[in-house]
Amino acid sequence: MNKRVVVTGLGVAAPNGVGIPAFTEAIKTGTSGIRHDAGLAALQFSCQIAGKPEVPESLQLQYLDPLELRNFNSNGILYGLIAGMDAWKDAQLPAGAGVPPDWDSGTIFGAGSAGVDKLREAIYKVDDMQVRRLGSTVVPQTMASGISAWLGGKLALANQVTTNSSACATGAESVLMAYDRIRYGHAKRMLAGSTSDAGPYIWGGFDGLKVCTFKHNDNPAAGSRPMSASASGFVPGSGAGALVLESLDSALERGAAIYAEVLGGHMNSGAQRGDGSMTAPNSTAVQRCIREAIKAAGVTPEEIDAINGHLTATGKDALEIENWSIALGRKGKDFPYINALKCMIGHCLSGSGSIELVAAVLQLHEGFLFPNINCEDLHPDITAIIDPEKIPQQLLYKDLNLIAKASFGFGDVNACVILKKYK
Amino acid sequence: MDKETLIAQLKEIVKPYAKNQEALLNINENTDFVNDLKINSANLVDVILDVEEQFNIVIDNESMERMLDVKSAMEIIEAKLAAK
Repeated sequence: MNKRVVVTGLGVAAPNGVGIPAFTEAIKTGTSGIRHDAGLAALQFSCQIAGKPEVPESLQLQYLDPLELRNFNSNGILYGLIAGMDAWKDAQLPAGAGVPPDWDSGTIFGAGSAGVDKLREAIYKVDDMQVRRLGSTVVPQTMASGISAWLGGKLALANQVTTNSSACATGAESVLMAYDRIRYGHAKRMLAGSTSDAGPYIWGGFDGLKVCTFKHNDNPAAGSRPMSASASGFVPGSGAGALVLESLDSALERGAAIYAEVLGGHMNSGAQRGDGSMTAPNSTAVQRCIREAIKAAGVTPEEIDAINGHLTATGKDALEIENWSIALGRKGKDFPYINALKCMIGHCLSGSGSIELVAAVLQLHEGFLFPNINCEDLHPDITAIIDPEKIPQQLLYKDLNLIAKASFGFGDVNACVILKKYK
Repeated sequence: MDKETLIAQLKEIVKPYAKNQEALLNINENTDFVNDLKINSANLVDVILDVEEQFNIVIDNESMERMLDVKSAMEIIEAKLAAK
């Protein structure tokens, strides 16, 4: 079996917009979701700015009932539920306690960690010899598969329900795994996506690694600067994105609205050899991943209209551009358009790939390229490879046919997805 | 404490967990937490923790195991209060 797979629903909880209408408006207008974080400042982090979706209690109650919200302290699961349930609703698929098991629908919803704040609470109680007072809420909020388990119950998903994890490649990987499951006929619909917790216990490790910027604490909106000569590290972010993937047959049968087609992609690892390591990508593997993705999609490098990069605003951005250029055999004015959503939302870690994929699908569907902000001073190593006009700094309306989206993660892992406008 | 008062207090405690609100309205000594009130079995430990907090008592593991209905809950609470 080799079924065509399309996107029929989108949902997002991003630092610059919760819900597809707010998010679409934010990315078109180049609105930053990066804010000063008093908690990080109080804890003496080097980087005191961050990206967090804004989810007041009134909004939380639309996704969790009051009993579920009792002792709830896992913001990654909350963001994932908002994105996932919104995407399902957007696809006009049924949800709620009254819906019987849907054997043809499942989810692969990734996470980098689960409920770190909740885990911290539990650890303090256990160490204080209060294990008997933990109650019932710790396990569902801290198990790695928590987000897929919560979504499965809310949406009556009765096909495969699981969580994948591959650091910052998690979101792109979830889409490719869900794509495979539908393509081979094991499911009709898969909710693909990923989420990341917010807060000091997630971001602390990166602050300690000195990979976050400490130069923009007084100007948060200008802090995340992919492709800029003055990029000085990433801004930590959080949130979730979700895509309903569905066989074209099922979508047509239901009369569902179709946003885009997933043509396929590739996942690999540089095995932490050569210039690859736990924290750095092996360029040979990155180039290979992009080329194999294009081959798997059955297209040619010349056909790619735009790239949605990984581009985190560390010193590695120029190397990523070089890898794209070599993999595609295109440079200068011949290079595709490229943009980096992290300029507005920071690096949402395990949630980044899926939020950025939602943005890429919206671009294809509506025919636009969101502006790259904070790169007025493009890095000279980048402009030595590609023409500046390929890095739009203003919103550009343009009919796009093919977008390549790649994400790279710690562990030297890579994932590249090829999306096509549905015709 | 008389029975009515105790049942009224238990009713407030189980209220957020009870999925069957009609059974909650008619709560009495013979009400079963899981079968009648449709409390998720995982939430029984939360009910017990809330009871401990409300009455300032500690419920041992053996008592927890049999605290499945209003009647046994009342017996256990009364015994623990008397032992204080």
